[in-house]
Order: sequence, then C-alpha cells, then structure tokens
Amino acid sequence: MILAVVEHADRRPERLSLEMLSLARRLGAEVGEPVEAVLFGAGATEAAGQLAGRGVSVAHVVEDDRLAAFAPVAWATSIVQLMTARVPSIVLAAGSDRGSEVMAHVGARTDFPLAANVTDVLPGEPFRITRQRWAGSLLEDAVLDAPTKLLTIAPHAVAIDEPATGGTAASAAAAPILEPFAPTLTEDDLRVAVARRLEPDRSGISLTDARVVVGGGRGVGSPEAFSELEELAALLGAAVGVSRVVTSSGWRPHSQQIGQTGLRIAPDLYIACGISGAIQHIVGAKAAKRILAINTDPDAPIMSVADYAVIGNLHEVVPAISAEIRRVTGR
Amino acid sequence: MNILVCVKRVPATGGRITLTADGRDIDTRYLGFTVSPHEECAVEEAVRIVEKHGGSSTVLTLGPEVAGEQLRDAMAIGIERAVLLETDGADWDPLATAAAIVDAVRALEAEGETFDLLLFGNEAADTGDFQVGIRVATALGRPSVTGIKAIEVADGKVVARREAGGGGWEVFELELPAVLAVKEGLNLPRYPSVPGRLRAKKKEIVRMTPLSRAGGPTKERLRLPEGNESTVEVIGQGAAAAPAVVELLTRLGVLGR
Repeated sequence: MILAVVEHADRRPERLSLEMLSLARRLGAEVGEPVEAVLFGAGATEAAGQLAGRGVSVAHVVEDDRLAAFAPVAWATSIVQLMTARVPSIVLAAGSDRGSEVMAHVGARTDFPLAANVTDVLPGEPFRITRQRWAGSLLEDAVLDAPTKLLTIAPHAVAIDEPATGGTAASAAAAPILEPFAPTLTEDDLRVAVARRLEPDRSGISLTDARVVVGGGRGVGSPEAFSELEELAALLGAAVGVSRVVTSSGWRPHSQQIGQTGLRIAPDLYIACGISGAIQHIVGAKAAKRILAINTDPDAPIMSVADYAVIGNLHEVVPAISAEIRRVTGR
Repeated sequence: MNILVCVKRVPATGGRITLTADGRDIDTRYLGFTVSPHEECAVEEAVRIVEKHGGSSTVLTLGPEVAGEQLRDAMAIGIERAVLLETDGADWDPLATAAAIVDAVRALEAEGETFDLLLFGNEAADTGDFQVGIRVATALGRPSVTGIKAIEVADGKVVARREAGGGGWEVFELELPAVLAVKEGLNLPRYPSVPGRLRAKKKEIVRMTPLSRAGGPTKERLRLPEGNESTVEVIGQGAAAAPAVVELLTRLGVLGR
C-alpha cells in the first residue's frame, strides 16, 4: 500500500497534492499496490470525494475537532499511527510548506530518512529516487534505504493526470471509499498549532495566481522607479514580483521575491525587467509558460531561459509598452 | 535569552552551476562560499533578540575546518561564540547532521547554559532537505515550527508567524525552549563593520568532533536538469520595440480585448 497525504482548501484537493497523486498512482501501478490517501481537518470528507478517478482506493479522513487549526505534530502522529495500522511501503506528500513540515516530523518520529523534493522514483531494490537540489537548479540521483520510504514531491515537477472517467475501467474512475480515522493524540502532539490567522491584505493580485507577472531586478535602480513596472502591471492585470537584490536592498517587501528563497510562480507570461538571471531567481520563474526579458545586456543569463527579448533600457522600454497598450486599447 | 543559530557552508553559485568530472559534486574551484539567505536572517535575528532582551548568542556549523569562515562572518555582525563540529568535508545526510547537533547541544548545555531558542534556516541552499531543525527539535523534545518570517519573544514564549497559502499569516505561540526554522524576509541582515570583522578574526572557535551515523538518502550522482535552455527571439531594441511587444501580448492572449 502507498499512503498519500492530501492537502485541501475550500473542500477541494490542492494542486500540489494532485501533482503528487499523479506520481503516487504511477508508482502504485508499477509496484502493484493500491494508493490510499489521508486528509485532515474540516472539509476533508468533501475534498476526499473529489478524488474520484485519481487512483485512490481508500481515503482515511481525520476530522478531529482538535485538528481544526493546523497542528504539524498531530498530523505526523496520525500518519505514524496509520503507518502502524496499514504498513505502507511508501508515504508521500506534496513538497508544500505543510507537506515538507509534516513529513519531516514523520521522519523524525520514525527515525527513517526522508527524501525531499523528489521529481522521479524508480521503485525496487535498491529504491532509486531523483530529487531537487538548489531548488531545482541541480538534480541528485540517490538511493533510499528504509523500511518505509518517505518522500515529498517537488512542486511543479510532475504533470497532473486527467482523472479517469466512467468510460474506462469502472474501478479506476470510482470515488475512494471513505474511512474515518481517529488518531490517539496527546497534549504533546497538540502543543504546536496555528493560534490565529491574520487575514491577507486583498489589495493586489496574488503573485502565485497571476496569469502575468512583471518582474523587476537590479536594473530598476530605485524603489521609486517601480512605478513604471506597476503601471504596466495595472494595464495587464498583472502582479509585480522582484529578484533578491531588490528585497535585500529594502526597495520592496520580501513577500514579492521570486526565487529559491522566495516564491515559485507559474504564470502564462513573465516579463523580467532588468533582471540578469541568477540561478536562484530562475528556479522561481521557470514554471512560467513564456518569459519576455527586457535587458540592456543581450548576453545576460536570463536570455538563456527567455523566449522573447527586448534589448534596451527598461526605463525607456517599459513606459513605451504602457503607452502603446493605452494607444491600442484606448485606455 | 540564550540563542543557538545553526548554519551551513555552501558554495556561492551565480549564473551557472558546473559539476566536477565525476559528477558527484559542484566544481567549486572558482566559487566563494557563504550560508543560505535564510541562515543569514537567522544570524541577524539572534543578534537582534540578544540586543533587545540580553542573553548570549552562539553560532554552530558542521563542516570542514574552512567552515570557520562562515562562523567568523556570523561573529562579525555580533554573534558572541562559535562552535565547529569538525568533519573531513564529506557529505553528512540530514539524520547524521541532526544527531551531531543534538549531541553538541546536550554537551554545551551540560556545561550549564540552556539555549532558549535554536534557530535554523528553513532549508539548506544546496541540499534542500527541509528537516534538520525538526529532527533536532524532536530528539530534544522541544516544540518547533518552520517557515518563520516574524519572531517576537515575551514572557517565556515565542510568537512566530509564517506566510499562509493564499496570503495572510499563520501565528504560532511556542513555549520556550523552542526551535524555529526561519526564512529570508524575517529581517534585513546588516553588513559587518570593519571593527566587527577584526574582532571576529581574533575570537576562538570551540571545536568538537561529531560522531557519524548513516541515514540517507545516499547520493549517487548530480546532474543538471535538461530542457531549461530556450532559444530567445529578440523582438526589438529600445522603446521602438513597444509595438512588437504589444503585438506579442495580443498573440499570447494576455492583453484584454
């Protein structure tokens, strides 16, 4: 049996969990074992119901009131108890913030190794994995030796399979059987939990959801000059993101940083303005479908990942693009 | 508040990574070394907390003798004491690293000083294992939380915040002693002063010999991902390129109407 930890929000499985389930399903077929899921907290039952056609035979639903707020150790303890009951060969989760944290606790509690940000698995003896280093600038081929293999799956590394529908084998398209699971939790398991949430400032478009992102780097030159990028972003309904030098200089908040130590974005178009393209930035932007680079240097590293380029000073190019959009659209 | 910050020496990579001929390591012949941005913020935070609340600050690393450079960098901005768990420079996996840090914390605390707070980077820049801090916390029986971008200490507790999916913040309250894995954005680290560098140069580094244990995963080789390179189409020069860009935006369907 393969156990998949599925995260959900608004009663739907999260995108990164669906990516992880696609890999889990392939692994299940290769080793001839069923895939079972575990889901936590309010809305888990509804989210589990959405897993039809994704190769999940049983969904263990933990709807304990004490888990209404995220509690990483309590999740891990529940998973370890499920491991004892169901004896999975592999336990995997998305390499999300929560997935990474919970699986590290599972690793610590079982004293098993954990392979983080895995992109591919070759099951068997030895059990081979490929995982990301440097946030994906580099890949590592490694062997994992443990009674139960613990994995997190790198974000945006595995395509989401379409769910099987009624036309194919009935079992593949079926919704998972829901099984309530009641873990035995102690005070210790619950002493770290989200105490409260501070709601987001809803003034802008979220960088991780935006279809278009306008990025600024060292070439922007000053905090004030970001108004040029903001104008273009407003015309495109885009979000503004930045490279690390911009946040390290205090020009923009860190919450706007794209890259290894910031956000991973996956827009349809990323417009990189005055960004040279250090690998630490590229790994945050490479899931963009298209990249347009605006840079004075035709040999900047960003050009090796860009699809389109304008060679020139962004302080001339960006306002000219905004003016042309206004002219064409009459705005 | 007595604080221990754990850091890791990593190569300062820039535009491109080059591997050694056997494909097992990064070719570092032309690279400098640093710690991850997360860890730079952890070091800065330790200095700030001690400036505000008093107490002591210690930086610790597991690595070869040259990793003393990273310990001195931390002391140059105000960390008082440094501990090197000296290795021959070979890779240590997350289980082995965590066990060595646990041994060191127990040994240092046996000398009388308890660390109220252990700070780690959320993940190392190079291996990105996302687990050493949690393994250490679990072995020591201390509460821990990861991804932290704001810390406040008061009344035997630490209030720590991290960004939530979809915006906003998740707030955690942990009893001390506690373990936090932090992210860049926690603060804006200061630059070392020249006197700070000179002071750090003269300071002693406490050396300990860690015991190794096998954990995993076991690295076989490294490789560069395929298919990242693209052929760039230059669509224009300077402001004159604007009509071509707008035409492209229209073609890609990202320009409304």
